[in-house]
Formats: sequence, structure tokens, C-alpha cells
Amino acid sequence: MRPFTYVRPPDVDASLRAIAERPGARFLGGGTNLVDLMRQDVERPAALIDIFGLPLDTVEELPGGGLRIGALVRNSRLAVHPLVRERWPVLSQALLAGASGQVRNMATVGGNLLQRTRCLYFTDHTAGCNKREPGTGCDAIGGFHRNAAVLGAGEHCVATHPSDMAVALVALDAVADVRSVRGSRRIPLAELHRLPGETPQRDTVLAADELITAVELPPSAVAAASAYRKVRDRASFAFALVSVAAAIEVTDGVVSGVRIALGGVAPKPWRAREAERVLTGAPAGEESFRAAAAAELAPAVGLPQNTFKIELARRAVVAALRGLTEGSTA
Amino acid sequence: MRTVFSYLRGRIHTPQIGDLVAVIDLHVNGTPHRVGLDPRTSLLDALREQLGLTGTKKGCNQGACGACTVLADGERIVACLALAVQYDGRRITTIEGIGTPEEPHPLQRAFVRFDGFQCGYCTSGQICSALGMLAEHRAGAPSAATPRHAAAGPRIALSDPEIKERMSGNLCRCGAYEGIADAIRDAAAATGTAGAADASEAVL
Repeated sequence: MRPFTYVRPPDVDASLRAIAERPGARFLGGGTNLVDLMRQDVERPAALIDIFGLPLDTVEELPGGGLRIGALVRNSRLAVHPLVRERWPVLSQALLAGASGQVRNMATVGGNLLQRTRCLYFTDHTAGCNKREPGTGCDAIGGFHRNAAVLGAGEHCVATHPSDMAVALVALDAVADVRSVRGSRRIPLAELHRLPGETPQRDTVLAADELITAVELPPSAVAAASAYRKVRDRASFAFALVSVAAAIEVTDGVVSGVRIALGGVAPKPWRAREAERVLTGAPAGEESFRAAAAAELAPAVGLPQNTFKIELARRAVVAALRGLTEGSTA
Repeated sequence: MRTVFSYLRGRIHTPQIGDLVAVIDLHVNGTPHRVGLDPRTSLLDALREQLGLTGTKKGCNQGACGACTVLADGERIVACLALAVQYDGRRITTIEGIGTPEEPHPLQRAFVRFDGFQCGYCTSGQICSALGMLAEHRAGAPSAATPRHAAAGPRIALSDPEIKERMSGNLCRCGAYEGIADAIRDAAAATGTAGAADASEAVL
């Protein structure tokens, strides 16, 4: 690991100043991804601004029934929070589907959002990877790409975003509170991550000196009936091949509200707006579910080893919706 | 701030290899230690190399195998992905702080009785992880294996699927999983339904 300047400021304002003053500096949360990538010489921060101990670790109910989640709340704490389990069960389930018990105790909400891809070539210095080193090509496309994206990828990068939690948050219309010395802004989580385009090295729209301080969940009636369905190669402690965060509300046999997001299939947590459009107002049943899944996956493009993900994603969407509506569908 | 770094006393210092620029306080197994280290040092290396506590093992060194599991303020973490400086002032429990050769912890006895190991390299991590896991279970935390209707109930049964899911962060290359699960189940049951509470509190 390369040497770095280590700074542990006493509060958020000092942390924002500390990063603004140091080119190449990064915030350090739980470290579960950043420390690993530094050890592999993929991340090379000149300085670490350690925010792990700052008091951004509370969960507060908002007037009107929303929830404000501090960026340093540990994944394990958020998963067991009574209000999350009651009102946004998909979020609790997504968190529990990710990583291991030990890692969830360390990993923070902000860090989970900003974790890097697990594409094998990203950490392989003998391979070309435009995300690690722009201009070196993408060896995944002609190499091992079973885990690669089928939606939103491009010729420069086919890496997927690995988070489970982010998929649930995107489905739930969560918003990130972001601060820097230059001010603050709010970013809908669906717009936080970006598609690779010509610059796959940039995962998000954040500037280098911006800090996610909290994530807000708006109140959502539809979220009460929500679930996370994850398909992976092992039963536990594995990244998703395909995952689905879904919430649905059925009134008199008709879909009156629906939220769907997909994981494991795209460079970012993928909000399935086309599927939602097809489903809204449609009869709640197998036929509508299939039509919605097909519409969302229509633009999907597979590589030789990952074309299976397209059908897998369709079936996972249908299964997730079926699981939520059993007993109330036609 | 509790800890003072040389470069926070008025100058910015970029550490070089071998520099001991950070001074932190680690409370390990009830004993306070003031340690000077390079900020790149993982908690795992600090425990093993600087404090001589080699019971915590280095397996994959990338958070996947769980051999380095320790408890930080009673919660299980992997010490390899933690920088030691992040745990300044925290209370760390390693396998050396659990039971004694004369009086092993009930969970350690159960691992012996049920053959919860072969080579033993993963065992200290398995035991620390199991203690943290049982405390989580006692606190009512659901897991990905918890049936949805049970998650809302007062107590989640510690079934085999529950134990395996909750212990999935610990690998055993010898494949002693059945014995490990048996030992954990037995240790939890032996002290009654609140067994997990007794087990973790005995440590902490």
C-alpha cells in the first residue's frame, strides 16, 4: 500500500475543509472496499480523511413519515431498524442479502453507495480496464464476463455496480444529502450513479470533495408491501447475478402503485421505469408481470457468457411481483 | 481529539515506509496499549505484529474468509479490512481474551466436543464470529434466512439455515462446517434460550 497522509478531523465542517485542501484525498468510512482496493494498488489516495467516527450515524423519523439515515449508519444497524423493517422491508432485506455479518458491522451507508465494481479486471493490473486506467480498453468484453452488465453498458466498460442496498434505495425514491465547502445539494439516488459512456472511471456524479452526509427515504405507502429478491451463485456472501427490489400496491385487482429496480445487470442500480409504466393500471397478474419484465429487458444486450442474465432478470421480476401479490391477484 | 498525531500538531506529514507517525490507544482484551504505527497498518497486523497476539489469523487479507474476525465493542468485524487508526480507543476482543486454557469458554468446549475444526486455522475467527453472531441473534436481528413471518416475532429460532447464513463470513477450507454448526447450536442451547446472552456477556 502506498503511503498517505492520515487526517481525522473533529467534525463534518473540518472534514470538508480537509478534503478541499488536499488534492487526491478521499474520505474513509468503514474501509471495507477502499482499504482493500488501496492494498491492491487500485485506489491511490494521497490522503485519507477519516470520517468513520463522526456522528453521522443516526436514523431519524421525519415529519410526514419519511426517514433520514446518516451516511455513517452501519449496514447492520439499518437492516434491523424497526421502522425500516416495518415501512421499507425491501431495504432491510437488501442489506441482509449483502456481504457477511462482519462486513455489515463495518460498512456504512455512504460507503456502500460509493463502493466500486467487482469486475475481475478492475483489480487485475495485467489487464486492460478503462475504469481503473482510462484508455487501456476493456478486457472483460473479450474475456470473462459472466458477471457483466446487460443494460446501460457500452464498448468502454461492461462492469456492474455491486450494491444490494442501493437497488432498494433507488426503488424507494431515496435522495442523498451531499455537502462540500462549496455548499450543499440533494441528489436523487437514481441520478447519483452514472453510465460509463466515454468516462467509465467516474462511477457517480459526485465531485472529489463532496461528502454524502445522509440519505432520505420519502414516506411511501407502496413500500409496505416490498421485497428484495437476489439470485447468486452461492446461497450467501456472494454478489448478485441479478437482483430485484420491488414494491407493489394492488387496488381492486389493478396495480395502483409499483416501484421496481434491478441490481447486477447494469453499471448503476437500475430503476425499471418501463416495467413500472406497463404495470401501472394493469390487472395485477402473471400476464402483466411478464409483459412488464419483457418491456424493461427489451433493450438488454448480452455478451456470450452473460446473455442468460436477460432471461434470469425477466423471471426474477415476475417472481418478485408474484411473491408480493400472492393471494390478491387474478 | 483523544489522540494527537504529530502532523496534527501543526505540520502536515506524509508518512514514509517505516514511519511511526500515528499514536493510538487500543484496548485489547481489557488491557490498554499505546501503539505507534504507520497509518497503513491494518488492525490485524497491529494485533499480530505489534502486540504479539497471533491467535487472530491472516487468511485472505481481503475480507472474504473471516479468519481475522475479532470483536470491536462486542461487534464482530474482520480485522484485515480495518485500519488500526480507525479503532483508536475502541475495545477489541481477540481469541486470547476468550476463555483460558484451564477454563475454556463454553463455545470453545463445544468446538472440541463436536470436532468443529481440522487444521484449526479458521477456528479463532469462527469462535469470535459465533460470539458476535449469537449476540446479534439475542438482540432479535433477523437474517437473510429468517422466514418473513418469523422476523416480526419475539424470537427467531436458531435453525441450521440460520446458523449457516449468519456464519457465511467464515470459511473453513477443511470443511468442518457440520461440526462448527453443531458446536454453535449446542453452546447456544446449553445455556438455555438466553444462551447467546450468557456466552457473549461472559466475554465482554
